[in-house]
Amino acid sequence: MSATVSVAKLPQRAAAESRTPRRRRRMRAWGWSTLAFALAIMWAFPVYWMVNSSMLSTATLESFTPTFVPFGGSISNYRTVIGPQFWNALGISVSVTLIAVFFCLLFAFLAAVAISRFRFRGRASFVLAILVIQMLPAEGLFVAQYKMMSELGLLSNIFGLSLLYIAAVVPFTVWMLRGFVAGIPAELEEAAMVDGLSRTQAFMRVTLPLLAPGLVASGVFAFLQCWNEFTVALVIMSADSETLPLWLRGFVQQSATRAIDWGQVMAASTIVAIPVIIFFLFVQGRMTSGLVAGAVKG
Amino acid sequence: MTLTAAPTIQSGPRPDETAGGRRRRKSAVPYVLLAASIVVLLLGMGYPVYWQIVTSFQKYGAMQQLGGKAPDFVGLQNYIDIATDPTFWEVALRSIIFCIVTAIVTVVIGMLMALLMTKVPTVPRLTLQIALLIAWAMPVVAAMTVWIWLFDRRRGVINYLLSMIPGVDMQGFNWIGSSPTLFFIVASIIVIWMSVPFVAFSSYAGLTQVSEEVMEASQLDGATGWQRLRYIILPMIRPVIMIVLLLNLIWDLRVFAQITMLQDAGPQSTDYDLLGTYIYKSGVAGLDFGHGAAMSIFVLALTIALSWFYIRSLLKEDKA
Repeated sequence: MSATVSVAKLPQRAAAESRTPRRRRRMRAWGWSTLAFALAIMWAFPVYWMVNSSMLSTATLESFTPTFVPFGGSISNYRTVIGPQFWNALGISVSVTLIAVFFCLLFAFLAAVAISRFRFRGRASFVLAILVIQMLPAEGLFVAQYKMMSELGLLSNIFGLSLLYIAAVVPFTVWMLRGFVAGIPAELEEAAMVDGLSRTQAFMRVTLPLLAPGLVASGVFAFLQCWNEFTVALVIMSADSETLPLWLRGFVQQSATRAIDWGQVMAASTIVAIPVIIFFLFVQGRMTSGLVAGAVKG
Repeated sequence: MTLTAAPTIQSGPRPDETAGGRRRRKSAVPYVLLAASIVVLLLGMGYPVYWQIVTSFQKYGAMQQLGGKAPDFVGLQNYIDIATDPTFWEVALRSIIFCIVTAIVTVVIGMLMALLMTKVPTVPRLTLQIALLIAWAMPVVAAMTVWIWLFDRRRGVINYLLSMIPGVDMQGFNWIGSSPTLFFIVASIIVIWMSVPFVAFSSYAGLTQVSEEVMEASQLDGATGWQRLRYIILPMIRPVIMIVLLLNLIWDLRVFAQITMLQDAGPQSTDYDLLGTYIYKSGVAGLDFGHGAAMSIFVLALTIALSWFYIRSLLKEDKA
């Protein structure tokens, strides 16, 4: 079949090529490539601009002609920005994120094992519940979450914020880990049990090591979501207990009232963004496939 | 961990065992495994939703909050109030239009980019993909600060570049503060910039699944480029497009962070609000919990209605 296709294709191809002169085809190919490069510049430019501006002095930025090529390479903006407030925000962000990611992974892992290795009454309801919950926007909940935290005395509290983050991230993490657990055949465990291991041992020695990449990927996702979170943090945390995104927002808030030093703001943005970009590049492949997996295969 | 039940392998296939080889057993194990997640979800999500439903039927304003007055049950009064409040409808309608326009433009640009990726050689394609990845990875808050700097009226690059076009003078033009329409166009541009990468990658993944043979066969039959796109490629990746559009609609309803930051740099009046910021101002900052809760319920209902198709497609995957 494929042989006949390729044989029959040849004269057709030749005919098509003679219809469009080769030069015009090449021009068109160049056109598409140029467009691709232009779009790449458009999408990368803001990120480039952030890093570039962060290393320029105020005097250079004050000029009305932008400096497009980094001449500066100065880190004085970073020195100014990294002060006590930064360390405070960093400490809070790191603690909240670590607490949330740890418990989120632990809880989600147990739940993922339950829904992918067991059939039980209520399983379908649980799966439906986490899918619905993961769609709920913070915008529709923060009034209640604010009230709840103020009643519990957990406003501006690391544990209060962590609790909300765990609840917000657990559903997606369960869903993602479910795929990884289901991808490891139960037969492997059963084979190990034939060889004399107990069920728990078989799980710990066979399935868990195979699950490590899935746990790492899910952990990075949970990390990114908590680290970047803005809305809930804004509602729950006060000015003296800011997370890094709130700290960064503080710079923009000043821009409404007085001229601000954009070099410093961009240095602050770069500090917040760079670790995220690095982590993100590790796991992005799974992100696309995780969100639309059902759709691609139909 | 309490995975100590008897292994199924020794008991042989049971009558109630499912075809997929999964174990069905009447044990407490799955429930124990789920317990932690359920507790944390009930605390962090369940209770707020419950509280919100209750409060949306109560008069719960500053008097109740600060004066220690018990909230009264007022039935549907809060819902009637917001339903007859023209400002709320303006904000809601604005949010919905913003969300639909932004999502559609995002999906169209992302799709076209994915098609472009299939047409160009490796080097331009990889360059574009890396650029998209970096943009995608940017944290929302960092992206917003950069864009506000790009749109800065005095020394922003965008005004500078536009002024280089002969006959155009945009020096000192105020993008964010001139009019609500312009404000939302800027917001839309930024949101599109942030969300196109996901659409482009998902569509590209879908496009690479369209089989070579089908494309060759259609070429043999004399289909033009446009016909192939219209009758073969688009129908084949339709499921991907639908999911991606749906996700973008849902995501573009939740642009609280973006709008808040743009308002930080510009005007803060209600004309510049979308649902998230409006609810925040009346519910949290204004201490009007009753109306805030009712509006939140509206947002939740809207999201769940939109999400339903997406959730159904995920459930299908779970059964597979």
